[in-house]
Amino acid sequence: MRLELVKRPQHSVLFSAVSPLIALLLTMIAGAIMFSVLGKNPLDALYYYFIDPLRETWSLHELAIKAAPLILIAVGLSVCFLSNNWNIGAEGQFIAGAVAGSILPVVLPDFQNWLVLPLMLVMGIAGGATYAAVPAFLKARFNTNEILTSLMLVYVAQLFLDWIVRGPWRDPGGMNFPETRDFHTFAVLPELMPSAGRANWGIIFAILAALCLWFILRRTRKGFEIRVLGQSPRAGRFAGFSSPRMIMLAFLISGGLAGLAGISEVAGAIGQLQPSISPGYGFTAIIVAFLGRLNPLGIVAAGFVLALSYLGGEAAQISLGLSDKAARAFQGMLLFFVLGCDTLIHYRIRFVGRAPRAREAIDHA
Amino acid sequence: MLESVLVTIATAATPLLIAAIGELVVERSGVLNLGVEGMMVMGAVTGFGIAITTGSPWLGVFAAILVGAAFALLFGFLTLTLVTNQVATGLALTLLGLGVSGMIGEAFIGLPGVKMAPWVIPGLSDLPVVGRFLFAQAPLFYVSILLVIGVGYFLFRTRAGLTLRSVGDNHDSAHALGIRVIGVRYAAVLFGGACAGLAGAYLSLVYTPQWIENMTAGRGWIALALVVFASWRPWRVLAGAYLFGAVSIGQLHAQVIGVSVPSQLLSALPYLATIAVLVLISRNRRLTMVNTPACLGRPFVPAR
Repeated sequence: MRLELVKRPQHSVLFSAVSPLIALLLTMIAGAIMFSVLGKNPLDALYYYFIDPLRETWSLHELAIKAAPLILIAVGLSVCFLSNNWNIGAEGQFIAGAVAGSILPVVLPDFQNWLVLPLMLVMGIAGGATYAAVPAFLKARFNTNEILTSLMLVYVAQLFLDWIVRGPWRDPGGMNFPETRDFHTFAVLPELMPSAGRANWGIIFAILAALCLWFILRRTRKGFEIRVLGQSPRAGRFAGFSSPRMIMLAFLISGGLAGLAGISEVAGAIGQLQPSISPGYGFTAIIVAFLGRLNPLGIVAAGFVLALSYLGGEAAQISLGLSDKAARAFQGMLLFFVLGCDTLIHYRIRFVGRAPRAREAIDHA
Repeated sequence: MLESVLVTIATAATPLLIAAIGELVVERSGVLNLGVEGMMVMGAVTGFGIAITTGSPWLGVFAAILVGAAFALLFGFLTLTLVTNQVATGLALTLLGLGVSGMIGEAFIGLPGVKMAPWVIPGLSDLPVVGRFLFAQAPLFYVSILLVIGVGYFLFRTRAGLTLRSVGDNHDSAHALGIRVIGVRYAAVLFGGACAGLAGAYLSLVYTPQWIENMTAGRGWIALALVVFASWRPWRVLAGAYLFGAVSIGQLHAQVIGVSVPSQLLSALPYLATIAVLVLISRNRRLTMVNTPACLGRPFVPAR
C-alpha cells in the first residue's frame, strides 16, 4: 500500500480551518507516546503541559509575557514568508533590537524622564530593522541566499550581546556579574495590572501589530502585492511590482517587529541586558507563524499555544521532573505535524492498495 | 608548528566536509534539506550515547548514521510524499533535532566521552610536514576523503549519477523517461542524512569527545553554505571545507599568539566569513545560474 496525492480542484476551506487543530491533536498523541517512553504517565504530563499553567491568574500573566514576543515576531515573519522571503534570523534581530533599545538606560542612566521609554522602543524597532536590512540588501542586490545569511547573523548577534554585557556595558556596581545595570523606572515597560501579575504592555503591542498587519495583508493593495510576489514572482513582475523593494519591505517589517519584541522583553520581563535574553523566541516564532497559517489573527492564537508549551515545560519540570528540553522537542514535532496537515488543504490523500499488481496476476493466469 | 596547524585545520574541516558532501548529493537531486544542523546534532548525541554505553566508538558511529538517516526519512516523507514546503520542513527538522538532542543529551552532560583512536600509518606518518596531517588521523578523516572521491566519481562518471543529476535538473523530463523521481530523491535524502549523522558523530567522538548542548554550533548551516560556495561540485566542497576549517581554528591560534581581540569577535569569524563568501559567490550570477540544480527546492507531483 502506498500514498497517492490527488490535487483538489480548489483548496479545501474545511481543512484550512481545521488542519492546525488536527496538527495539535497529533502532537499531543505523539507527545503522550514520548512521555510514556520517558517513563512518565502521559496524561499527567499533558495535564501539566496544557492545563496546569491556565489555572491561576499570575500564570495567565506569565503566558501573556511569553506570548507577546512570539506573536510580535511571528506576524512579521508572516509578511516575509507570504512574500517568499525566508527570514530565519529573527532571533538575531530580536537581540539587535534589545541592544539598540538599551542604549539610553545603560549608557545615559541619568537621562530620566517620560521620553525615555518611547525613544527606547523606537530605537529597538530601528535596531531590529537595520539588522534585518543586511540579509535583505544582500538578497536584493547580489541575490545572496537570505536563509543562510540571516541565520549566520543570529550567531553574530548572540556573540555581540555576550561581548557587550561582559565588556563595555557591564554594571560597574554589579559584583562582576555579566549583566548591565538595572533599567531605571522610566525605562521599564509598565505592567498592565500590577496587583494581579507581571504581564506588561508587550502583549498589547503584539495584538495591535497583529491587527495592523491583518488589515494590511487583507484589505490593502500592498497586502495583495505581498501575496502575488510570494506565489508567483513572474506574475508580480508583469503587474509592475518590484521584487527587490518587496524583499526590503518584508525584512524591514519583520526585523522591526522582532526588534520591538526584543526591547519589550528586556524593558519588561527582564529589566536589564544579560548574556542570554531569549529562550529561542526567534525560532519558535517560525512555528507560531506556520501554526497560525501565516494569518496574523491565527498567529495570535498560535502564539498563546506555543507560549503555553514554554510554561508547560517549566510546570512539568517542577512537578514531574521532566526535562524542560522536552518543550523544544514538542515544539519541533508540532511544526512537522502542521506542515504535514497543510497538505490536506491542497491535496486529497488516497491509499493505493495492491490493485495494479492484482490485475497483473490475472493477466498472467 | 605548521604540522600541528594542518592537523587542527583537518579536525575542524572534516565534519563540515562530511555533512556538506551529503547535502551536495541531496541538492543535486533537486531537494533542499535545511535540516542538516538537526540531523548532525542528533548524530552527535546518538554517537556519544551509544559509544559511552557500549564502550565502542564504532557502534556509536553506526548508530549516528542510522539516526541521521531516520531523521532524513522523516524529512523525505513530508517533502517527497506529502509535498510540503522544503524550506519550512527543513527548519522543522533542525528545530526538532535540537530539541530532541537536548532532551536525550541531558543525561550525558559532563560525562567523559570515548575518543576514537587515530589510525597511524607506519612510515608515511613520519613524513615531514604532511605526515601527521595525512596519515595519522581519526578513521573518519579517511572516510571523508573517500566520500569526496566516491561522490565525485558517482555523480560524473556513472549512469546512476547521471540519473540523479537529471532528476535534479528537470524532474518532468526524468519522469517522462521512466525514472522514478521520488525514489531517486528518497535515496539521495537518506544518503544526506547518513552523512550528517556521521558528521555529528565526528564532533562528539573525535573533535571534542563529550556532549555539549547544541554542540554543532551552526556547523550544519555552514555545510549548507559550503555547497553553494562549491557551486555543487564535490572537489570544491573539499577546498571550501578546509578554507572554513582554517578560519574557524584561526581563533585558537590567535589566542595562543596573544592577539588582544575580544574572543567573541574571533568566534564570530566563521559566521562572518560564511556571509562574505556567499556574497562573493552569488555576485557572479552566471556561475550560480549554470551550476544550481534547476529543480532545487521545487516539489514534484507526478501527473497521472
